[in-house]
Amino acid sequence: MHQPVKFYQTGTFTVGNRLLAPEQRSVQASTERSNSLNSGHRACQGCGEALGARYAVDAAMRATGNQLIAANATGCLEVFSTPYPETSWQLPWIHSLFGNAAAVGTGIAAALKVKAIKAGAEHSPVRVIAQGGDGGTTDIGFGCLSGMFERNDDVLYLCYDNEAYMNTGVQRSSATPPAARTATTMAVGAHPGAEFGQGKNLPLIAMAHEIPYVATATVADLRDLEAKVEKAMSIHGARYLHILVPCPLGWGAASHDTIRLARLARETGIFPVFEAEHGEVTAVTKIRRHVPVEEYLRPQKRFAHLFSGNGHPETIARIQADADRNIRRFKLLDEAQQEA
Amino acid sequence: MEKPFAITLDPGSSLANKTGTWRTMRPVYRDHLPPCNAQCPAGEDIQGWLYPAESGDYEAAWRHLTRDNPFPAIMGRVCYHSCEGACNRGKLDAAVGINSVERFLGDEALKRGWRFEPPAAELLARGKHVLVVGAGPSGMSAAYHLRRLGHAVTVLEAGPAAGGMMRFGIPKYRLPRDVLDAEMARIVAMGVTLKLDTKVFDLAQTMKDGGYDAAFLAVGAHIAKRTFIPAKDGSRILDAVSLLRSMEGADTPETRPMLGRRVVVYGGGNTAIDVARTAKRLGATEAIIVYRRTREKMPAHDFEVEEALEEGVMVKWLSTIKQAGNQLGETALTIEKMALDAHGNPQPTGEYETLEADSLVLALGQDVDLSLLDGVPGLERKDGVVQVDPVTMMTGHPGLFAGGDMVPASRNVTVAVGHGKKAARHIDAWLNGRAAGAAPKHPGATFERLNPWYYSDAPKTLRPQLDLARRTSSFDEVQGGLTEANALFEARRCLSCGNCFECDNCYGVCPDNAVIKLGPGKRFEINYDYCKGCGICAAECPCGAIEMVAEEV
Repeated sequence: MHQPVKFYQTGTFTVGNRLLAPEQRSVQASTERSNSLNSGHRACQGCGEALGARYAVDAAMRATGNQLIAANATGCLEVFSTPYPETSWQLPWIHSLFGNAAAVGTGIAAALKVKAIKAGAEHSPVRVIAQGGDGGTTDIGFGCLSGMFERNDDVLYLCYDNEAYMNTGVQRSSATPPAARTATTMAVGAHPGAEFGQGKNLPLIAMAHEIPYVATATVADLRDLEAKVEKAMSIHGARYLHILVPCPLGWGAASHDTIRLARLARETGIFPVFEAEHGEVTAVTKIRRHVPVEEYLRPQKRFAHLFSGNGHPETIARIQADADRNIRRFKLLDEAQQEA
Repeated sequence: MEKPFAITLDPGSSLANKTGTWRTMRPVYRDHLPPCNAQCPAGEDIQGWLYPAESGDYEAAWRHLTRDNPFPAIMGRVCYHSCEGACNRGKLDAAVGINSVERFLGDEALKRGWRFEPPAAELLARGKHVLVVGAGPSGMSAAYHLRRLGHAVTVLEAGPAAGGMMRFGIPKYRLPRDVLDAEMARIVAMGVTLKLDTKVFDLAQTMKDGGYDAAFLAVGAHIAKRTFIPAKDGSRILDAVSLLRSMEGADTPETRPMLGRRVVVYGGGNTAIDVARTAKRLGATEAIIVYRRTREKMPAHDFEVEEALEEGVMVKWLSTIKQAGNQLGETALTIEKMALDAHGNPQPTGEYETLEADSLVLALGQDVDLSLLDGVPGLERKDGVVQVDPVTMMTGHPGLFAGGDMVPASRNVTVAVGHGKKAARHIDAWLNGRAAGAAPKHPGATFERLNPWYYSDAPKTLRPQLDLARRTSSFDEVQGGLTEANALFEARRCLSCGNCFECDNCYGVCPDNAVIKLGPGKRFEINYDYCKGCGICAAECPCGAIEMVAEEV
């Protein structure tokens, strides 16, 4: 999926590269990109979700020749992009409820299937995505999503995970990491922040449905993200892509640190980046420069209580242990790196 | 107006919502001065010429390079490449092999016969007549730049060939003469008049006779410094300058200087190293450098010392020569051991030893013959050199400029080339009755500006070196050049510090589509109607070419 990295100009980590052949360039490097989520949207400065959504949908647009329909759950993404009657979306886009984006996507896919069969084709050329934040996906929309997986409906579900209900004022969701402060898991008491051992790991749950394709990605690795969307669009059936999108407001981080934090989440092992097909992990993105979790936690105010006063070294150690577990479980480090 | 069921408003685009009004900081594209460029005494725009080289456009790279320095093939061999010491990539893995790529471009130009464009006719029509004294690196650099500015240039050279100290001071194993000749000839081909074997004795008279409007002096430092060493009549004592000079044209063993089997060189600069290595190649079984301080204090460049040691040159540190020839015989040298004091200065210890030597070569530095300046009013001489304004290179006499070894500066080829360029710019300004001032400089592109995450690991490519056996038995060039594939690889290791290289990162990472891509070679613009000022573009720019500036309220 990645081109071999030899040196920066022709095996690049950057968005573009003047020395690459056009077919090797990223969608985002192209002036022809569809800008599916257009300027003028009302997301906060440095919004990771706006970035992740444009990356993913632009890639899907290119993969389908712009024959794409999007269903959207309620959440930041819907609120900041579509205050009636204005819209930022550059594709057919439908919003219904907080919890039913997967079901709406499924319905559209079913209608397209009927139209295709009537036209004598196996598949419609028009494809469907459904998208939402972590709250609308892991909590409120979970039943619809699980149904979509279970029926193997021909929809790519994109979850933009910013690890809490940011739209309504930063409340804990089942994707909020342990020890993070939110409006409902405040930094008070003996165990400040969200509890350890709660929450859901939706990529693993999706894998348990044995659907054709499950993957995770971050906004810090555009080429990886685009390649995964492209692969997902080459498959028919239920597909799930979980994208980590830092939220400057909810995480209490500088707006310019959005991509850096996503990168650190990956490089610490806190957010494993991998692909799975039919329930089996088939590829992982290795950590390039391994860093301790503290480097990821420190710039975020939602973890500030771990460092104030006498600090909570035992909590940081638990988070580090979680990251180390991911590294073991998904084999995120090369053997040479592990020794080093 | 009739609308469908439940529709009350016309559909609208979010483009109506100018979110740029949220901004308190704005991103601005700026060019910064990369450390390589900041360090280069010749002021080469290194990042600028590596850029076309990265795409394989070597001619464009060479043309860009030669805007500042007309001698890439020479520089690629003799420059001490302080740029590489400053290179930001050194903090990641290893510095970019700038000097190797420069040599590749220089050699490519010679191979393919690229020539300099002669000046345009309208420039020539406005040009004046400038005299250059000395056809060394500084003089020829000045001649080149003055010619490019449209002036008629006459170079008067005392020696039989152009090149100055590059020819008479640098051994062939470092700088083959065909390379030197070719790069000198290319400047003459631009229409520069070069008169050889023409020594200037009286500058004022020469200026008057030739009707010159201005002059640039670069006569070099050709006179060996002496030190008093008591010696018996038969002792063979030579100086390094004359020895290296006598090597020029000495292509057969009969014409070469006779040094004997054991050669002692006194001094610690690059010239001492050159002499010792030359002695080895002339057949000396022992070449010993006697230097009064330690290796750390030695002014010679470390890699040259290293190459010399590889070739079997020996060094006696902390030693001085007290006497040549003693009661033991004419071939014995008396050496006194030295010790460094608290200030790092060598002090005599009174301990003596004897060193057998067939000849002793003094490499103690050089002086300038300033006699041509006698009778020129307004000049200031100090420490054996001419004082010049460091910004303009003009001496105390209006219209008379000087550079290279004859002015206060480090004595090396690159500094000399830089003087020539700087002087040419100010001579042109002076001739046109204006002051050019110091060239404006961009702010520095420090390592802290970079986001090195985006650069993948790529170790440096090394140049091939001649086998040791061939090195000490011939004057063949020691250091080889890079192949095209290697040169391309090396050029692409450049991080482009502080200068946009169109990686599209800003265009890709803006959450608001507020970066406009202008197309190849045209870089980017910010659409301030929608830029919210989040600063991701600046934080994620690999080369640090974007700055966040506070909005004015």
